[in-house]
Amino acid sequence: MSSTENILIIGAGPAGTRAAEILVRQGLRPIVVDDAPASGGQVYRRQPPGFRRSAKLRYGFEAAKAEALHATFDALRERVDYRPETSVWSIENNVAFTIGPNGVTRIPFAALLLCTGGVDRILPIPGWTLPGAFTLGGAQIALKAQGCAIGTRVAFMGSGPLLYLVAYQYAHAGAKVAAVLDTARLRDALPVIPGLLAGGTTLAKGLWYQNWLRFKGIPLKRGIRPVAVDGEDRVSGLRFHDAKGRERRIDCDAMAFGWGVKPECQLAELAGCDMRFDAAARQWLPECDAEGRSSAEAVYLAGDGAGVMGADAAEYRGELAALALLADRGLAAHAGRREYLKTRLRRLMRFRIALERALPYPAGLAAALADDTIVCRCEGVTAGDIRQSQSLKPDEINRAKAYTRLGMGRCQGRMCGIAAAEILAHRKGVGLAEVGRLRGQAPIKPLHIGIGGAAAEDDPERAASI
Amino acid sequence: MSKISGRGQFVRLSETERPEITIHVDGAPVTALAGDTLLTALLLAGGQVRDFEFGAGGRAGFCLMGACQDCWVQLEAGGSVRACTNYVRQGLRLKTGSAE
Repeated sequence: MSSTENILIIGAGPAGTRAAEILVRQGLRPIVVDDAPASGGQVYRRQPPGFRRSAKLRYGFEAAKAEALHATFDALRERVDYRPETSVWSIENNVAFTIGPNGVTRIPFAALLLCTGGVDRILPIPGWTLPGAFTLGGAQIALKAQGCAIGTRVAFMGSGPLLYLVAYQYAHAGAKVAAVLDTARLRDALPVIPGLLAGGTTLAKGLWYQNWLRFKGIPLKRGIRPVAVDGEDRVSGLRFHDAKGRERRIDCDAMAFGWGVKPECQLAELAGCDMRFDAAARQWLPECDAEGRSSAEAVYLAGDGAGVMGADAAEYRGELAALALLADRGLAAHAGRREYLKTRLRRLMRFRIALERALPYPAGLAAALADDTIVCRCEGVTAGDIRQSQSLKPDEINRAKAYTRLGMGRCQGRMCGIAAAEILAHRKGVGLAEVGRLRGQAPIKPLHIGIGGAAAEDDPERAASI
Repeated sequence: MSKISGRGQFVRLSETERPEITIHVDGAPVTALAGDTLLTALLLAGGQVRDFEFGAGGRAGFCLMGACQDCWVQLEAGGSVRACTNYVRQGLRLKTGSAE
């Protein structure tokens, strides 16, 4: 295959792995670029060489899926052009720019499959930038991939499937769980129970984790409102209002929080994909059809990066987008299989919409954040700074960015963008869609030459910022 | 001033039978295990990976998946690396204070 025929897959999680599998089965040799040293994505992230815990211990109910996905990728490894520990930092005119063990390279492509996944959706709260406060996903990675707890006494807060799962995993691994604090209320879930049942066993697993935690005597509280993370130079406690509005405090030396997942869509934007506002998720998502075709020529989207639907859906969507690519190029039709996958995905979408209603992002709390609360953790921009930028009449969030440096720092608005949009929309008294979104800009992550992966033997002093 | 002294933020629960690797943090030797990320090694030994450039206090990482960029740490030899996606190496020397 000449370089102009390259099919490039970005991301080797559930979606990227299944997409690669389909293309290889068709006799193609896709290029698979992935940030991580090993495939699996974040959900099925592998532990480094030399670690010994079983898959059952690390992935629990999902162990069989994780092992199957890893086995699939390992079998493909020699039949794809696999580039681990490699980050794509820009896409322009059908060329992806990467940085990795081989330095900076450019990859021209004829077709692109973006399987970029997601990150925790965050509500900033006073004190959230203190050392010892992490995302739920981060707390899970410390345990799953490093065998560590984030503290000696850990509080978990937020809402979403990860909340009870991570708390359970911590307690099960022997960590002290101080409390699990859920902002969702039972009354939000009741009207959408039929939709929640469409997610197969997901609801049952969530209830099972909650019952297990309760049985172990760990305090679980619903309908809470965060007040602040306490601490001088690191976390010492967590204050919240309980469902009856009384202020409570939990002693802890670490806390993890998050409200579901938000998609990583910067590369889709750079690849020219149109974005649309999704009212259910209260987020901007790349446009794509039911099979994963974006608005950009020969650019396909799959997995949580195309709108969060979870790991099972990501596998279906990776397969489906690859099949759509084959169909579009006249290589194979697989019409029956594509219909089957779309049926499965429609069911999971019903579940996802119900989940957003049952375990909502507390948008009102973001809008009501006190002026001195840091929203952009990279640059230290506060809720008040964002509101004051209003007096300069920014007509949308990128104007606020220019005035306040909101989202201009290292993370490019990944952590603050959702809450900042809620603050701005509330202040201006307009709908969330009207303030727009922080646009993705290259480089989407800081450029640096790493010091090599767990298995490499690099000279550590070679590392440098560029 | 070294920020590495005192109690660690992380607690190691398992996977303790890996080869030891010595790195230096703020000039002091720190024993890590092969397969530890820099962030794990730093937070088992102390409470932060860097000072915050725009205000008081330190930072100790946040997302652990290479997205938030909170955990960039200084190399003694110059330059910096993301602590959550790089692994310990014998002889590595890190600084947890402010960038020059």
